[in-house]
Amino acid sequence: MLLIPCPYCGPRSELEFKHAGEAHITREPQVADDQAWGEFLYTRTNPKGIIAERWRHTSGCGRFFNCLRDTVSDNILATYKSGEPRPSLETSGEPSR
Amino acid sequence: MVETVTLARSGSLAGRRMASVTELAPVARFSFRGSEATAIKLGEAFGARPAVEPCRSSVAGARSALWLGPDEWLLIATDQDAGTLFAALETALAAEPHSLVDVSHRNTGFDIVGAGGAGLLSEGCPLDFDLAAFPVGMCTQTVLGKAEIVLWRFAPLSFRLECWRSFAPYVADFLAQAADNQD
Repeated sequence: MLLIPCPYCGPRSELEFKHAGEAHITREPQVADDQAWGEFLYTRTNPKGIIAERWRHTSGCGRFFNCLRDTVSDNILATYKSGEPRPSLETSGEPSR
Repeated sequence: MVETVTLARSGSLAGRRMASVTELAPVARFSFRGSEATAIKLGEAFGARPAVEPCRSSVAGARSALWLGPDEWLLIATDQDAGTLFAALETALAAEPHSLVDVSHRNTGFDIVGAGGAGLLSEGCPLDFDLAAFPVGMCTQTVLGKAEIVLWRFAPLSFRLECWRSFAPYVADFLAQAADNQD
């Protein structure tokens, strides 16, 4: 089981959380053609390595936050509040392996 | 040594470690949401000032305010009926953007008191109940088995568990089963 550090409540068990897809996906309201809309809806980076994701502390404070996770090792590298910039990996501490 | 676990909904149960689980009488409860500034105003009217620090409670006499989220608190009052208190709080907050909802009838409370209480809860809750990790005054939303609960440690060996009323039979049975498991 993962121990996920909620930016508000501190480290909590994975079963209190819900995954909510990739983070930092922004919609460009000015671009409304089918191609851009389709990419906004469906295209994700799906990297092998570090990914920024949204999580929600569903059974805790109920807040969405962002999380840097290594998809290979499942290590949680950093969590930060929604609206805050993605932290650089130098400042996130722990190595991914 | 065999002690007795008393469970309001399920009668008496034998449990090895001492803990009593008691379903509480109805009290006034409100779900309050608003900014920290609004919470300060609310605190002046309510008595207990909502804690800004995450997962902490504040108590003033019969009034308690439990932090549930960065803009969300559970208010519990045992000294006044919900209707009167609701009107008083709404008057005090009239000029502030906020949400105050009477959830007195939505929730049921259990008191879990005794040295075995943390052990009972640990059967279905992943939190660390060591006093260093979950000190007196800490409160949080979490899970007990499949039920979402609010858990509040108001004394070293005393927990208050708040759950939705529809989950109360499940929670009571879960704790009874937990006591059985520890026999």
